[in-house]
Amino acid sequence: MNALSQYIQLYQEYRKDIEAHSPALLNRYRPTALADLMQARFPEKGDEGYPALSVNKMFEPDYGVNINRVPFGVNAAESFRCGVPNISTLLALVVNDAFVPTAGLERNLPKGVEVMSLAKAAELLPDQVGKYYNTLALPRRGATAPAALNSLLVEDGVFVHVAKGVKLDKPLQIVNISNASAPFLAIRRLLIVLDEDAEASILLCDHSASQEVKYLNCQVAEVFLEPGAKLGYYEIEESSAHTSRHSQFFASQAERSTLILNGTSLIGGVAQNDYSVEHIGHHADTKLTGMVIADGEESVGNSTLVLHNHPQCHSDQSFKYILDDRSQGSFYGRIIVDEKAKFTKAYQSNRNILASADARMHTRPQLEIYCDEVKCSHGATVGQLDANALFYMRQRGIPEAEAKMMLMQAFMGDVIDTVEIPALRSRLHQLVEARLSGNRQLCADCQNC
Amino acid sequence: MRHILSTHTPLYMKDKDKENGQSPKDVLGDAAGEYKYGFVTDIDTDIIPRGLSEDVIRLISKKKGEPDWLLDFRLRAYRKWLTMKMPRWAHLDIPEINYQAISYYAAPVKKEGPKSLDEVDPQLIDTFNKLGISLEEQKKLTGVAVDAVMDSVSVKTTHREKLAEMGIIFCSFSEAVKDYPDLVRRYLGKVVPYTDNFFAALNSAVFSDGSFVYIPKGIRCPMELSTYFRINASGTGQFERTLIVADDDSYVSYLEGCTAPMRDENQLHAAIVEIIVEDRAEVKYSTVQNWYAGDKDGRGGVYNFVTKRGLCRGYQSKLSWTQVETGSAITWKYPGCILAGDYSTGEFYSVAVTNNHQQADTGTKMIHLGRNTRSTIVSKGISAGRSQNSYRGQVKVAPNADNARNYTQCDSLLLSETCGAHTFPYIDVLNDTAVVEHEATTSKISEDQIFYCNQRGIPTEEAIGLIVNGYAKEVMNKLPMEFAVEAQRLLSITLEGSVG
Repeated sequence: MNALSQYIQLYQEYRKDIEAHSPALLNRYRPTALADLMQARFPEKGDEGYPALSVNKMFEPDYGVNINRVPFGVNAAESFRCGVPNISTLLALVVNDAFVPTAGLERNLPKGVEVMSLAKAAELLPDQVGKYYNTLALPRRGATAPAALNSLLVEDGVFVHVAKGVKLDKPLQIVNISNASAPFLAIRRLLIVLDEDAEASILLCDHSASQEVKYLNCQVAEVFLEPGAKLGYYEIEESSAHTSRHSQFFASQAERSTLILNGTSLIGGVAQNDYSVEHIGHHADTKLTGMVIADGEESVGNSTLVLHNHPQCHSDQSFKYILDDRSQGSFYGRIIVDEKAKFTKAYQSNRNILASADARMHTRPQLEIYCDEVKCSHGATVGQLDANALFYMRQRGIPEAEAKMMLMQAFMGDVIDTVEIPALRSRLHQLVEARLSGNRQLCADCQNC
Repeated sequence: MRHILSTHTPLYMKDKDKENGQSPKDVLGDAAGEYKYGFVTDIDTDIIPRGLSEDVIRLISKKKGEPDWLLDFRLRAYRKWLTMKMPRWAHLDIPEINYQAISYYAAPVKKEGPKSLDEVDPQLIDTFNKLGISLEEQKKLTGVAVDAVMDSVSVKTTHREKLAEMGIIFCSFSEAVKDYPDLVRRYLGKVVPYTDNFFAALNSAVFSDGSFVYIPKGIRCPMELSTYFRINASGTGQFERTLIVADDDSYVSYLEGCTAPMRDENQLHAAIVEIIVEDRAEVKYSTVQNWYAGDKDGRGGVYNFVTKRGLCRGYQSKLSWTQVETGSAITWKYPGCILAGDYSTGEFYSVAVTNNHQQADTGTKMIHLGRNTRSTIVSKGISAGRSQNSYRGQVKVAPNADNARNYTQCDSLLLSETCGAHTFPYIDVLNDTAVVEHEATTSKISEDQIFYCNQRGIPTEEAIGLIVNGYAKEVMNKLPMEFAVEAQRLLSITLEGSVG
């Protein structure tokens, strides 16, 4: 049986409670989400785009859902500082699926920038939120059943708005914490709107309070970049082997807008990240990068969909994986260039290293092109570290383990270099080094992970 | 339904045309010239009523005088087929096909089995002449052994005696069933089981004829073996089956070509090719596919749904597929190699050209099972008009396939604003010593190149022809010589008038 039915049942049983704890705006979309889900099913392993993992299995266990908005311990959450040294960030926490502003967040926000709970925003700024909310998470843009499930059960989330021309100088850091003593499903939602010529960078970190308890995070992010806006969106997952993550990211880019996205999976259980970007104006620029370092029984899938609908747009994708032990990786990348999208440049690259005999990689880089004035390419490789380079380094007295580490770091180097915040870049180098040396205590200044 | 299966020869220009004083341009210039092989041969055909049922299969089997085991194989395939659904995953818009509206067996009415070429129906000979094939000429001059089969039944095979001296078996499938039942039974359905896919099951149930090749141990086939396929009768489909077995240390190069008459209706071609390559043997399989592609508005044309697969079973065995796909309204075809033997090699070289409303979803499968296996894929797609051209290929490295190596390159060229070029590679690596590379590019012909040619007095259309030929050269070079010339010519014909 598809695991979806248990969630539909849950909704039908607790519909009143869910609606009572949510703003009207979020309730408005539940009936359509339900109708969609009635026709849908969670993708199974082997379905197109899911060569390695089953979304159905991910959602199968009996997870608890916080329908009645019982507050979780914020104090525990406070200890997740996950500070990035030498970087002053605006910090917000999301405990499971509840937004918890840190002291001073509001005070430190420059004028024209709003960072608040989605539920609160839906009440305070109904027009603004209503204009954007749930307009991107559609099947046409690659939304699957979990996105509709998110719309069905969502009660809160994060709303970020940067007004016209405002440039947020400090990165906004949102720390997602899974914290419950029993298996828990967090329905997370992000709505990010950058008005004309606004600029911001957002860093999202995922953590799990317990290494033993099963968590599932079902996240949907909708991002709107108005003309000339620029967003840096960085995600780092350092959760636990028992944490599953299903994330769908949707962006709509108006003319001249720029999106730089980096998704880094360092520690986790089973993760599926879908990125969907549509250009709704000319001269939009998209840089999608990702890196995965996985071991144990981890399974990480990244899937991208870039819809080029307007002329003169540019997209560049680069995803790199290092897979050890019995881990599995999958990459499903799609570029679709419409007839109208003349002078498109779209590139895609997926490079992978298998570091153990049992590691597996499945890659599906795809191009669909309906226009002749284009330059598109994609490439994919699966292989090992360069034996000659390794030999060269060992000849010069570098021990094998260290030489391997250096090569792997160099391999990830160009993905990390797409990050535009220097402090975060060096932090990522450090995290990758720590991760590659098998150190799971990644954040030195954090007590819980 | 009728099929013609015969050996293959150049299709571009016949001596007869020369005699008539026609230049190739004249032949190709007008409406008929867009598809040059669109004539219908008016010879008696033994067609069974349309429709498909167990009785029809029994009838086909009876007409062919088949043994019980083969009838049983057909019936099992048919029962499996009934439970299957037509694949819809390809990037193709395939209209519903009414399988009951097709006649599954059509044979030219034969007089007593011809003992020599003189005894073959003169009209049939004429058909081949129209195609530019003269069996006799072929026999004498080109040294290409010809298995000529009209619709479903093999008509004449040349050079058989000479081949037989070396122990090489090259005959129609039905003859092989009669003369070498053990060999056929041992290998039939071993590479493409009838459960493989919808069209393979259909073919296994109703296959009419085809070719059988067996190259014994240590024999290098001295000439290129060739089969020519032709759908002649209307309301029919073509379901041929080719089985090639190359025993240890042997070598064979096999050519296949296809045409069909111009008709408003869509005709179905669902073939199976199975190849088995033993220790240190090598098979080279070349196809020039030029089924009728439909007219400019997409009316008519052949649906080409083909399953081709080779099993490189032996140590150091090698299989090389080369295909030039210019015809068919819809192509669904993925010639593959199962690299089971250690140090075995698979190659796939393809040029797929689509114009007007043609749709092609073609590529390959390289399944690495043995150690130190290697595969190379070079695919060149060219789309023009309103056509859709997709490359779809799978490279799979099994957990035990240590040191597997794959290199894939697929390029697409777009010649019009309204066509599409797509690339769908599937790469699954389950072994950490494998090295797999995939590269793909898509672009239109550079204006600089055309400008350069124009400047030197070469008109745009010719310039594009030159550039396209240069682009496809890497693959064309892999074709046997006489095929290469023809394929280049076909390429130009297919793209004729596509430059606006």
